[in-house]
Amino acid sequence: MTTGNTIVTQPDQRRKGFTLSPLALVVIPLAFLSAFYFYPIFSIVRLSLAPAGTLDISAFGKIVGSSYYLKTLWFTLWQAVVSTGLTLAAGLPAAYVFGHYNFRGKGLLRALSTVPFVLPTVVVAAAFTSLIGPNGVLNTLLMGVMGLEKPPIQLLGTIWMILLAHVFFNFTVVLRIVGSFWANLDQSLENAAAVLGAGRLRRFVEITLPLLSPAILAAGLLVFIFDFTSFGVVLILGGSQFATLEVEIYRQTVNVFNLPVAAALSLIQVLFTLLLTIVYTRLQTRAARPLNLRPTQQTLKRATTTPARLLIGATVTFMLLLLIAPLIALVVKALGDGVQPLSELFINRRGSYFYVPPVVAIQNSLLIATATVLASLFLGTIAASVLAYAGQSSSTMRIRWSAFLDPIFMLPLGTSAVTLGFGYIISLDHPPLDLRASPILLPIAHTLVAFPFVVRSLLPVLRGIRPDLRQSAAVLGASPWRVWREIDLPIVARAMLVAATFAFAISMGEFSATALVARPEFPTMSVVIYRFLGLPGALNYGQAMVMSAILMLVCSAGIILIERARFGDVGEF
Amino acid sequence: MILSHPGIALGGFFVAISGSRNIRCRRGKQMSSIHIVKRLMITFGTASILLAACAGAATPAATAPSATKAPELTAPTATPKATVAPKATVAPTATAAPTATTAPTTTPAATSSAPRTLTVMTHDSFTASDDVLKAFEQANNVKLNILKSGDAGAALNKAILAKGNPLADVFYGVDNSFISRALEAGIYEPYAVTGASIPAEFSGDTANPPQVTAIDYGDVCINYDKAYFAQKKLALPKTLDDLGKPAYKGLLVVENPATSSPGLAFMLATVAHFGADKFLDYWKQLKANNIKVVDGWDAAYNTEFSGSAGKGSYPLVLSYASSPPAEVVFATTPLTVSPIGTLLGDDMCFRQIEYVGVLKGAKNLDLAHKFIDFLASAKFQEDMPLQMFVFPVNPQAALPDAFIKYAQIPAKPARMPADEIAKNRDAWIQSWTETVTH
Repeated sequence: MTTGNTIVTQPDQRRKGFTLSPLALVVIPLAFLSAFYFYPIFSIVRLSLAPAGTLDISAFGKIVGSSYYLKTLWFTLWQAVVSTGLTLAAGLPAAYVFGHYNFRGKGLLRALSTVPFVLPTVVVAAAFTSLIGPNGVLNTLLMGVMGLEKPPIQLLGTIWMILLAHVFFNFTVVLRIVGSFWANLDQSLENAAAVLGAGRLRRFVEITLPLLSPAILAAGLLVFIFDFTSFGVVLILGGSQFATLEVEIYRQTVNVFNLPVAAALSLIQVLFTLLLTIVYTRLQTRAARPLNLRPTQQTLKRATTTPARLLIGATVTFMLLLLIAPLIALVVKALGDGVQPLSELFINRRGSYFYVPPVVAIQNSLLIATATVLASLFLGTIAASVLAYAGQSSSTMRIRWSAFLDPIFMLPLGTSAVTLGFGYIISLDHPPLDLRASPILLPIAHTLVAFPFVVRSLLPVLRGIRPDLRQSAAVLGASPWRVWREIDLPIVARAMLVAATFAFAISMGEFSATALVARPEFPTMSVVIYRFLGLPGALNYGQAMVMSAILMLVCSAGIILIERARFGDVGEF
Repeated sequence: MILSHPGIALGGFFVAISGSRNIRCRRGKQMSSIHIVKRLMITFGTASILLAACAGAATPAATAPSATKAPELTAPTATPKATVAPKATVAPTATAAPTATTAPTTTPAATSSAPRTLTVMTHDSFTASDDVLKAFEQANNVKLNILKSGDAGAALNKAILAKGNPLADVFYGVDNSFISRALEAGIYEPYAVTGASIPAEFSGDTANPPQVTAIDYGDVCINYDKAYFAQKKLALPKTLDDLGKPAYKGLLVVENPATSSPGLAFMLATVAHFGADKFLDYWKQLKANNIKVVDGWDAAYNTEFSGSAGKGSYPLVLSYASSPPAEVVFATTPLTVSPIGTLLGDDMCFRQIEYVGVLKGAKNLDLAHKFIDFLASAKFQEDMPLQMFVFPVNPQAALPDAFIKYAQIPAKPARMPADEIAKNRDAWIQSWTETVTH
């Protein structure tokens, strides 16, 4: 970053009029965030805390003065820290294997590891129950083998279940962000250290880890925010005795309708996200160093030694147990009742006005997911490029500016969905943004959640690009657009695929469904699953499971298709 | 017509991707990335235009399923239909009544003018038969736009926030435990239903004309897994007190009153039975008896209850008196007996009543009134049980066979005046939370 300063001044001065314009593109993502994030949030907070025009912050006093809220905040924090630590611990070895070796079934395994990310929590709860519940496969087996009276595994409804579920849901974030970054690291530094006699551990601690830290930090931040704002996992898998801030915000907003307390809690949650992201940005700027990123053809190889094969075997087994076994349990559940629930999906048995043919649900989900992928990639790529360029420029003002923008881009992820949704009602209620009951809110809400993922996936790679590459190109007369196109894009292509996968998964999983104001009839797969789960009866339950299995299938197929995309010569990146 | 859109958009997206792969073979790497950007941009543009088109042109119901199949497809469920059919002969006269006067004038108009749109805001559980809603649409030359707005609590709060600039004309789905919040917020425009007489015991407010009209009711009750109790030769709990006895230790799963409407209803039943000063002692007893508290009905019934397809481990669950018929109607193998039953002891159930009202500021007052009359009419009322698994409030509406056979109605469900609920609801929930879940 500092090395480029002397060179950069010259083109900077010569082409002043042009260098400003690409950075000005940042107004596009900022405009999007202003309209669909800041404006609604500001409106709901103002209504909640200053209904009569004067600010009343007594709600904060109520929160700070209550041992219950302080306990909730403490629980939210520590479970997020522990969950993130566990997810990193579980994900990093797998990221190493995926970043170093090619093996049979790798693509499929990676795609399947993303499926948990997409599944509705209720469905995952059903899968875990049938696997490790009191009457689950594992307990029945263990009781039979060991002659036990009581089921030995009693995780459901405990903090362990919450932690396990967080690892289950977020494993893929670490695997993908760190794994793909690792695959692009130039191994020559490490090789040089090896030649100089550094041991394996020393090489890892002193060379690989520092080089890898931007990706680890990025993945860790995303996982932390997800765990920090955890809702369904805590409620459904943990049970009523656990409450995170997000859960409490939902209760205060929907059940108690105490908007001042809800808004205060929301602001506290946002504040934590902001502080954390600022800390992260500091660490990140220190950690990011220009790297000689390599295409994966040069780094990925087949395992030839026995330890390597064992390592791959262990990773695959671990992932099969942690991630795939619950998915298999779900498929078994879905097929358990034979083909009847499947065939019933295609029949409007009750002649319902709201019957959704599965094909329509799949099409709706895919349409929204495609829109989300395109919109979040478009906005996220601009945002990440601007951050990376500004961070590397000569002017300290620009560096500060990027340090200020980065946390802002992360805020939507740390914001309570229900707060945002209620904000939409009171803010998007007049032209030109009268969108309260428009289906277009679906991809917009999904994009808000996917956008920070795109930024985080792209930024470590963009920052890793050696500035002298860009500068040389600029010196040779390339326009900023051409520099981006020919220097950045080829290197960042792989990360864009990672980002696209996340955006796709986030949309298919309907992360912000609760945020939506009033859904007109535009039923997606998740909506159909929830409808079936909303009524008693084996057939409804069976259809929900079958639809979940279809969701898994469609998702895996979509992810595999996205991953097969190739960007020219650097497609393997 | 929406059906083709995702195909095109997706097609464009994947063509862009696969196309770029071919380019890689033909040209150098720089060219390919240019192409990718171009293609991505073209695809993005196309997709946004398509999406905008969808949002603009497609009034949401454009995706509504093909109605044409409905009649022959409903035929297989012969049992419920059979009983509705004979009673249905009464229905036409009953339903015709409210619309009779307007019908001759609106029907000719229907052919000449485009249908107006009536927007109905409701909770996620709202559903009805295709032919029933379509009949209303045709008779009044109207297109229904039904906005599902989350669970009952979320939908209500959204309606309150949107007061003054309502999202819809009609709001359906607030129940008696929350009606006071809606009435206090003043979101309704008074209207007295015509064409149907609904017993006074269901009314939600005392104003004249009333702000809201009762449409359906359901009893929140405890269901039991028949197989479990038969196998263990265990007697059924007969009173609320029984549930606290050691024989039923660790057998009951209930929903949290802070997050779930059946959970709230059951807590209110215990308040009604034991009194506001004693009900927490009862809950302490239940807690000591290892009841399980979960967040919502779905988790309780589908995941924890042993009598459902989820095969959980609790043989007693807080659900509805209508769950036993639902288990028969939605069985995977035809059943003649429901696998679950309902505990009917005095005050063990709580009667939930759901209301509809016209939203203040509604743009289509006349249609909104017609829709409320329609909801109260025997035709819609007879359709509700097998669609939403609730009971009709209109005494003229006949119950379907499945309900007569498999639903047991408690003789003395607990009840509580709406204003008493309003005054104490939040305080009770708070102290319940402190007693039971902390």
